[in-house]
Amino acid sequence: MARVKAKRIAAAPVLELRGVSKRYGRALVLDKIDLTLAEHEVVCLIGASGSGKSTLLRCADLLEPIDAGSIALDGRAVSADDRDADETRRQLGIVFQGFSLFPHLTALENVALAPRVALGLTPTAAEKRARALLKQLGLAAKANAYPDSLSGGQQQRVAIARALATEPKVLLLDEITSALDPVLVADVLEALRALAKGGATMLIATHEMAFAADVADRICYLEGGRIIEQGSPEKIFGAPRDARTRAFLKRVRSVGASALR
Amino acid sequence: MSTTRSRIAIGQTTRMAVVVMAMAMFLAACGGSAASPSASLDASCAKDKLALKTAGKLTLSTDNPAYSPWFQGGNEGATVWTGDYNNDPAKGQGYEGAVAYAVAEKLGFATADVVWIHTTFDASFAPGAKDFDLFLNQVSIKAERAEAIDFSSGYYDVAQGVVTIEGSPIAGATSIAELKTAKLGAQIGTTSLDAINNVIKPDTEAAVFNTNDEAVAALNGGIIDGIVTDVPTAFYMRDAQLTGGIIVGQLPSEGGVQEQFGIVLEKDSALTACVSAVVDALKADGTLAALLTEWIADKASAPVLK
Amino acid sequence: MTAARSARKGTLVAVVSTLFVATLLAIAIGSSPSWPLVQKAFFDGTYFSTSLPDVVGAFFINIQLFVLAEILILPIGLLIALARSITNPAFAPLRIFATIYTDFFRGVPSILLIYVLGFGVPALRLPGVPKEPFFWALVTLVLIYSAYVSEVYRAGIESIHPSQERAARALGLTRFQALRFVVLPQALRRVVPPLLNDFIGLQKDTALVSILGVVEAFKQAQILKSANFNFTPLMTTALIFLVITIPMTRLVDRLAAKDRAAQQGGAR
Repeated sequence: MARVKAKRIAAAPVLELRGVSKRYGRALVLDKIDLTLAEHEVVCLIGASGSGKSTLLRCADLLEPIDAGSIALDGRAVSADDRDADETRRQLGIVFQGFSLFPHLTALENVALAPRVALGLTPTAAEKRARALLKQLGLAAKANAYPDSLSGGQQQRVAIARALATEPKVLLLDEITSALDPVLVADVLEALRALAKGGATMLIATHEMAFAADVADRICYLEGGRIIEQGSPEKIFGAPRDARTRAFLKRVRSVGASALR
Repeated sequence: MSTTRSRIAIGQTTRMAVVVMAMAMFLAACGGSAASPSASLDASCAKDKLALKTAGKLTLSTDNPAYSPWFQGGNEGATVWTGDYNNDPAKGQGYEGAVAYAVAEKLGFATADVVWIHTTFDASFAPGAKDFDLFLNQVSIKAERAEAIDFSSGYYDVAQGVVTIEGSPIAGATSIAELKTAKLGAQIGTTSLDAINNVIKPDTEAAVFNTNDEAVAALNGGIIDGIVTDVPTAFYMRDAQLTGGIIVGQLPSEGGVQEQFGIVLEKDSALTACVSAVVDALKADGTLAALLTEWIADKASAPVLK
Repeated sequence: MTAARSARKGTLVAVVSTLFVATLLAIAIGSSPSWPLVQKAFFDGTYFSTSLPDVVGAFFINIQLFVLAEILILPIGLLIALARSITNPAFAPLRIFATIYTDFFRGVPSILLIYVLGFGVPALRLPGVPKEPFFWALVTLVLIYSAYVSEVYRAGIESIHPSQERAARALGLTRFQALRFVVLPQALRRVVPPLLNDFIGLQKDTALVSILGVVEAFKQAQILKSANFNFTPLMTTALIFLVITIPMTRLVDRLAAKDRAAQQGGAR
């Protein structure tokens, strides 16, 4: 299923969702989702707003309890109700659409907080790790800036650095460019491409089809809380089998991705 | 035998006082309503020459509540001085009530021409025009105070007493030295506080309460060991307000100067000289002494503390 | 350059207009026929200087009471606010208790509570229960002001967008760590001005201890006032309170402005 790009994807799944369902009141938001993510694999979730992409990511991050099904991380069953859910969450990094940076902390402190507090690193070690990550994301000069003084793209890159600071096994990204000024999107996508090249395992919900085609090993099309179709970018964008996938892509091409938000 | 005789003696005194009063009233009645007050008063103090707040009326005032033995007779029909233990000053009873009417009478006012209004202690000396002609509220005469208001001659010689309750560390005290280690309380605005600080000089700072009622509550709660107040009030506390109340004794006057209560008048009031003359006359003719006997507990039963 | 000049001009206009209004007021008050009387009764220089040492001495009781109360109120108020914020159903009794506590102590007049506690409890003569007025005044102020302060804290905590806690939790911070490192630091920063308002109120309410007979600054002023029939000592006391509270308010304004500048000003 998974297409091997210029890198080796291990056979053993890192993250595995089996029959995951989620309801908000009477609405079924996720309907028996099966999804696996192998190490070093980059999977993009596409679909209209309300298709369940964000919910899927939040459930995968154990931020929301699921109503049915199971989630396994490195072969171990995990759940939002576990007593060690906090610890599990450290192995998963998530970045939201709204950056949710901590406004009272500098960029450096934002990134260093989790390593110091959640992982128990010494302040010096945490700061060293944070500086390395900020440098990797092109933000070395902004280490002491507060979020308010950073551009949207810079803030989102700080958020990515922050999510990476606990050295997660999987990075979950929830439409992280959709709140950004178009001119700033490129910066962030470039940072993600670099991460993908570096072998990060990522599950990305996105409206940027060109980016998805470029960076993803596999594309999943969601609609009504279900995975309608999944496959390589060539297959999904070039020859989608399902009529619903075709209809969605046709709409995207005619009105542009932004209209789907 | 001796107890009987003393009882007769008291009875005689009372009877005598009544007779004196009756004679006074008779004389006043004979004088007619046009009132030619006693000959000792200056002609400028004639009723129609007085600068009054309300023409033809003498406006008297005191604070609320009005406590026994200064005011007595209850408060039936009163609209201002209401509630338990409160007394309507218009009854003319109690020592200050009786003195007030004696002064009014000597100035030529019939009972019906006397009006009572309520003034708080603080308002009695606040700057500005006063609503009252005379204010009687156990106010001690002090030179500093006379900067703000006028005082008449003193109508009562004050002695400070110490009252406590059973079980208090000073319940059996007989000397001032024994009071030094006590936590004593007094009401604010009274010279009782000066007596604590200057006569007793206790080791712990005195507690100062806004009202005597609060001082009594503090004594009941064991917050303080005793209250210093004027002797008549000390007796009133013992008899009406405290369970197991004890009069410890009476304090010697500070520096040998006799403290006196005076009638308060507006600063530079045209009435002051006349009112002082009246008070002096009432003292000279024995009226004040008679009223004292009638209304105030016998001071002799409070031993003077050395 | 023009900006600097117009700023100087602005200052000049402000100074001149303020002086003008102040002079008018002074003339209006000074020419009032009762002014000499009021001045003598309320603003007498001799009584001011003689009352100052006494009132300042008594003011130390207010300061002690204020400082001790504040030290206790800050953590107690926070604990109550946290108790009210717990959503876990197992802690419902704690939440209900905290709610009743704040409702009750915010609703009861402090003067009533100090009266009941200060006079009433000692009258029960329970062994081991303190009867010192200072103690009961402290208890009263702590009970009442921790209820107020807990509400200030709670408003601050609730003003922090839930996405902040979610982001912290997503990083693997526990609920407590998210509160401790992300929510509270932001909330506390926001509550400094309202908290300080409450503390100015607290400082003034230390005068309530006078009801129990304690001679603090206000009571000392009343004693001097009654002794001499002159109100100047009360003005002395007012001045002492103002000398403490006004710089406190200005300091907080400065801190808040500095804080805003730091968060908006950016990198250094």
